[in-house]
Amino acid sequence: MSTNDALIHARGLTKRFGGLTAVDGIDFDVSKGEAFGFLGPNGAGKSSTMRMIGCVSPVGGGTLRVLGLDPAADGPAIRGRLGVVPQLDNLDNELTVRENVIIYGRYFGLARRDLRQRADELLEFVQLSERANDPVEPLSGGMKRRLTIARSLVNDPDVLLLDEPTTGLDPQARHVVWDRLFRLKQQGVTLVLTTHYMDEAEQLCDRLVVMDHGKIAEEGSPAGLIQRLSTREVVELRFPGDAPVVESSAFNGRVARVEVLPDRVLLYTDDGDALAPIAHELLGAQSVLVRRSTLEDVFLRLTGRTLVD
Amino acid sequence: MDGALRAYEHWVTSYRRLWRASIVSSVLNPVLYLTALGVGLGKLVNHGPHPLGVSYVAFVAPGVLAATGMQIATNESSFPVMAALRWTRTYYAMLASPLRVRDILIGHQLYFASRVAVAATIYLAALAAFGTLHSGYAIFALPVTVLVGAAFSAPVAAFSAWAPKDAYLSALLRFGIVPMFLFSGTFFPVTRLPPGVREIAYATPLWHGVDLARHLTLGTATWGMSLVHVAYLVAFAGAGLVIAERSYRKRLVL
Ligand SMILES: Nc1ncnc2c1ncn2[C@@H]1O[C@H](COP(=O)(O)OP(=O)(O)OP(=O)(O)O)[C@@H](O)[C@H]1O
Ligand SMILES: [Mg+2]
Repeated sequence: MSTNDALIHARGLTKRFGGLTAVDGIDFDVSKGEAFGFLGPNGAGKSSTMRMIGCVSPVGGGTLRVLGLDPAADGPAIRGRLGVVPQLDNLDNELTVRENVIIYGRYFGLARRDLRQRADELLEFVQLSERANDPVEPLSGGMKRRLTIARSLVNDPDVLLLDEPTTGLDPQARHVVWDRLFRLKQQGVTLVLTTHYMDEAEQLCDRLVVMDHGKIAEEGSPAGLIQRLSTREVVELRFPGDAPVVESSAFNGRVARVEVLPDRVLLYTDDGDALAPIAHELLGAQSVLVRRSTLEDVFLRLTGRTLVD
Repeated sequence: MDGALRAYEHWVTSYRRLWRASIVSSVLNPVLYLTALGVGLGKLVNHGPHPLGVSYVAFVAPGVLAATGMQIATNESSFPVMAALRWTRTYYAMLASPLRVRDILIGHQLYFASRVAVAATIYLAALAAFGTLHSGYAIFALPVTVLVGAAFSAPVAAFSAWAPKDAYLSALLRFGIVPMFLFSGTFFPVTRLPPGVREIAYATPLWHGVDLARHLTLGTATWGMSLVHVAYLVAFAGAGLVIAERSYRKRLVL
């Protein structure tokens, strides 16, 4: 992909805070209409990357082009064409739901008259029309998140940046947010999101990079990554105390790889149902579960750690 | 400037939610002050020879006017600035748009100035009603009060953006603003202060504002001294803005 058709183009992108390298020379491109994800644990450098893309944090090294422009030179112009849902909410609690959208639109120089209509449309889209005239403060976490999304769309952005859009929400609220983001994706809005939820990444991302310690470990589609870096199925054995140490050689070639976690042993295999009884007998686990591989397994393979502890 | 006006609009919009309460206090405060000081304290002070040359209430009223500018500006630019950076994170919301750090700073400062201007207008009207305006030049006490506000809101915003925690702000109000209110010529002439302390009072921006406002309402202002006062206040506001932009940038652009 050349620089020209990429909406976001990064080469050797770096960010340092004092002695700490938060983003360590990463390369990626995001093209139009794509849903692109940064999957990584706490402190991986996801927000630091997003803030550089959002042109609110100066690039510490390497090249970054957003919408073909240089953030250092054209920050305000680029920001005018981005939508941002930050990790930490910054709604105006003392204003009503509708006023939040309108006043945010004013930052972009949009006319008040147009904004009234636009706010109603956006609130309809995020299913907050009934709360339009209520203050923000008593809204639930999921509603606030949806309002932040509505607000970020006020300028009809070319790219929507979402930093952990559903962190801290209960499962039901997350599904409502996912549903809305999925709808945006269908409408052709380019999404860039960070998450440490593998299911979120699987649901929403066409393509993602796995990030750890400021570096990109792998890149691909969720299915492609799983296929390339994990087996089809996983036999998951739980133990009441410490899990035993096991080697894959113990299973006569049925097991491609073994991961031993504090309370679990994961056996990577292409035929879980065949392996499960054998493994159960051999290791005497408290419970045995056969499941498909997920991005969690990919992450474990790449970093030796789980995503969410 | 366009960007600053858009940031300003945010603060005005939020203010609309609480303007009633604040207008009431803007009207009530001066009336209470003038009644207490003029009718109450003034009665005691005005006995005997008249060292000030005017009634006590006419002396003290412009001082309180300037001090009110200081107080509103300081209140608005201390905790609310810290809140916009740390708690409500309003500045970050603004920065995600085409607004620049400078727009965000200036927009908020314009709002502080508006708050001071509204209060000063009401106050000045009350002063007129109490018959303490002795000159047409008194009208210039209005922009002077706004300037006093800026001489505080800019450096206080700089301080609040820099301050590591909110206790710093309480300390500023307690050990900086309150003593200034009491000893910068608002209630009695600075010449009554012992030498040494007097020079400190002369160095405060509030004294310059009080002295200028007083000469304007009493009709005793001279060009020379007035320009000195204005220059002093402008210097405070200007230096405050320069430092504030730096400390805003340090917090917002990481
Ligand atoms: N302003 C800052 N000053 C100093 N260090 C910072 C700053 N911002 C981030 N860091 C550090 O940089 C590293 C990456 O942080 P970042 O917020 O980008 O991670 P993240 O992937 O978004 O994590 P999380 O899932 O917790 O949001 C962390 O070690 C963090 O402590
Ligand atoms: Mg983050």
